[in-house]
Amino acid sequence: MDDKNLQHLFLRAGFGIGYNELKSLASKRKGKIVKELFLNAKHASPLELDLSELESLRKANYNKAKGKLDAKSMMDLKKKSRDKVKELNYAWLVRLSEPSSVLNEKMTLFWANVFVCRDNNIWHIQQYNNTLRKYALGNFREFVKAIAKEPSMSKYLNNRQNVKESPNENFARELMELFTLGIGNYTENDIKESARAFTGWSFNKNGEYLLKKKKHDYGVKTFMGKTGNFDGETIIDIILDQKQSARFICTKIYTYFVNPIVDKNHLEEITNLFYKNYDINKLMQYIFNSNWFYDEDNIGVKIKSPIELLVGIQKIVPIEFEKKKQQLFLQKMMGQILLNPPNVAGWAGDRNWIDSNTLMFRLNLPSILLNNGVINLDEKGDYKDTYEKYYNRKKSKTKFFKINVSWDNFENEYGNLSLEELKQLLIVSKIDFDTDSFLSNLKVEDNKEYCIQLMSLPEYQLC
Amino acid sequence: MKRRNFLKQSALASSLVFVPNFVKAFESMDTRSLGNKKLVIVQLAGGNDGLNTIIPFRNDIYYSSRPGISIPKSNIIKATDELGFNENLAPLKNLYDRGFLTIINNIGYPNPNRSHFRSSDIWQTASDPNEYLNSGWLGRFIDSYGGKAYSGIELDDSLSLIMKGNTLNGIATKNSAILFRNTQAPYFKKILNHQSDKHLSEHNLGYLYKTMIEAESSAKYIFENSKTYKNKTEYPNTPFGKQLKTTAQFINSNLDTKVYFVSMGGFDTHAYQKNKQNRLLKIYSDSMEVFVKDLEQNDTFKDTLILTFSEFGRRVKQNAASGTDHGAANNLFIIGKYLKKQGFYNEDPNLSQLDSNGDLKYTIDFRSVYATILDKWMEVDDKTILNRSFDKLKFI
Repeated sequence: MDDKNLQHLFLRAGFGIGYNELKSLASKRKGKIVKELFLNAKHASPLELDLSELESLRKANYNKAKGKLDAKSMMDLKKKSRDKVKELNYAWLVRLSEPSSVLNEKMTLFWANVFVCRDNNIWHIQQYNNTLRKYALGNFREFVKAIAKEPSMSKYLNNRQNVKESPNENFARELMELFTLGIGNYTENDIKESARAFTGWSFNKNGEYLLKKKKHDYGVKTFMGKTGNFDGETIIDIILDQKQSARFICTKIYTYFVNPIVDKNHLEEITNLFYKNYDINKLMQYIFNSNWFYDEDNIGVKIKSPIELLVGIQKIVPIEFEKKKQQLFLQKMMGQILLNPPNVAGWAGDRNWIDSNTLMFRLNLPSILLNNGVINLDEKGDYKDTYEKYYNRKKSKTKFFKINVSWDNFENEYGNLSLEELKQLLIVSKIDFDTDSFLSNLKVEDNKEYCIQLMSLPEYQLC
Repeated sequence: MKRRNFLKQSALASSLVFVPNFVKAFESMDTRSLGNKKLVIVQLAGGNDGLNTIIPFRNDIYYSSRPGISIPKSNIIKATDELGFNENLAPLKNLYDRGFLTIINNIGYPNPNRSHFRSSDIWQTASDPNEYLNSGWLGRFIDSYGGKAYSGIELDDSLSLIMKGNTLNGIATKNSAILFRNTQAPYFKKILNHQSDKHLSEHNLGYLYKTMIEAESSAKYIFENSKTYKNKTEYPNTPFGKQLKTTAQFINSNLDTKVYFVSMGGFDTHAYQKNKQNRLLKIYSDSMEVFVKDLEQNDTFKDTLILTFSEFGRRVKQNAASGTDHGAANNLFIIGKYLKKQGFYNEDPNLSQLDSNGDLKYTIDFRSVYATILDKWMEVDDKTILNRSFDKLKFI
């Protein structure tokens, strides 16, 4: 497989490829390389923080107050839980930059922006995140059903408040609008009827699904032209029987993994395949094995998400943050905080990542991370902040980043490359004519410097 | 070609898929013909409690719902027989007395969302409650009628959704010197100096270069055209005061910026609300009074309209922590020199007919306010920006 195609495959199925790996795979055929990616993806393990401290706190308080925490302990526990969610963010970032099971992690990141959810309860959101991981290359039908039963989702879209006496339509609506069919492919009546089918769906204190029978509406529902005593699972089955569901998900897959501009023929091709049995693994194998995936028009045309940018840089030059919290600041300034999507529709992606401020920040990111760059910008305050915190959270930020850069690793792998080789490795998009001539006249001290310069080009924003 | 016609055509053209519309947006707008009107939007972030801001001091339900946090009659600056200002809003009452303030009560939207994030998005994008838009209404104004990043400035270091358009975005800065410096790194300058437009494609790479060029030129434009202006007015030394001071500096420097966005935080008063909110209202109104004075002295107040909103009001009934929880309908302020309807625009809030959550019901859709401002103040086609037609109000 030639270098360009390998780079393309690994940028889309992961976060890029290093020089050594590139060379070790160069002699292998496409089919074999793709197969290995999927084999490695099987080794995905859950992402789990040590929550024992919180667990004992929760139990102790639980026992003491006979099932009810007092207000102070409750606040305390919530704060600790929120802090743990931040830790999960850091842990997830580390996981994304690990080479093993990278495809599964890329898929997990993708699904997190399909089944969008947010929760400050660390037990629930960690479980949720691992459900995404578990089904990332599994069966979509089972995936939707599992997601619908997750406590975090149940809370986020008010399914917990969805009871027979007064159905809450939030989950039913988003299930169809954002998770499966897309707007315009169902009626308001479909929402009303399907909401009834999800009444009573709840969870127990271990985060396991629970049907509250008294709250569930066992009556007859008429949904998408069918009538019966449907429960939530049957509703999901009926939704997925619509070919539009396969098309909707394949559109998301295509714009995320192939090209932000959809080719109708290719979309129809993968929709037909996916509709057969909603096998995500098969779908992705088909895409990565297809010839059109490697068309010139599909290479280097997608704008990296902030996370792809951040992880991609670290793929080439390993770094370690001394102050983990600064990673949150970077994510915030670029507009993508893991586990903290803006709303249930998720991040719109591609050009929506870019405005004057985010682009200048992104172009400066390599200097900030690798070259002791100084930040003179403040993050936004939160809605829940007090007035002081709203403005001061900004000021208190250290403007200097404490980052350990493993330049030795870089030197070992890239130190002896020619400037042209380094350029080919870091930039996959076409290079702007004027910039290319600028680069060829650039006086370069060493590969370290050139690496930072290349990563600071608009071209590096593309994958 | 007449301007309106031209705009209609380009709006039509930009809806076609294969037209590289950012190229049009970047290059073919002539903003100078748009007039000199400015719009400043202030968000009281966190959900300001409108009922303790403008107080229905003759309403028994108000006092019985809030035994711990209601404002006593003696501490209210009365405005009408029924409504009065929180005493910390004395400067705002001065504006009211001079006819520079319109207060619209019961503003909101159907099926109110009580999440800060979601409700802010709804206000900022002017969407329906069940609709998710990726562009803000000021951003879409910039798309259609601005043409430059600096057509819209947010007084912060990163851009909110309200300023993001479909093809163009506003620019965020609270210090134009820093913004300028960040775009002037020698390496970036060199790249840009090598750029000639002829090679820019309509694909993502071209879009990135265009945005980079636009960022650089907008930062330069804002800095160079406002650096010589010396602000003689003294502002309260608060972060919000600074935001307004910088806004005034930009406006008084005659920047060709049409819309400004300022967000003031701290209004999420779930606990011990009274002192916290009182202080915030004081900071808000003290700064706002100076801001208006500053604009008046520079004769720019006549061309500036200031809209203050919050993503939601708060529950009528206080909670157990001497605070209030997220509510629904609220009041908003419009400040300007030539208001058609001064003082209170509409009926008082109705505390006896609350929704099932115990929140105020809305009677005016917030997008009617936007539509009115776009149509009557900015003199642009509001339907282009709001995607449909809303009833116009008569405050300007």
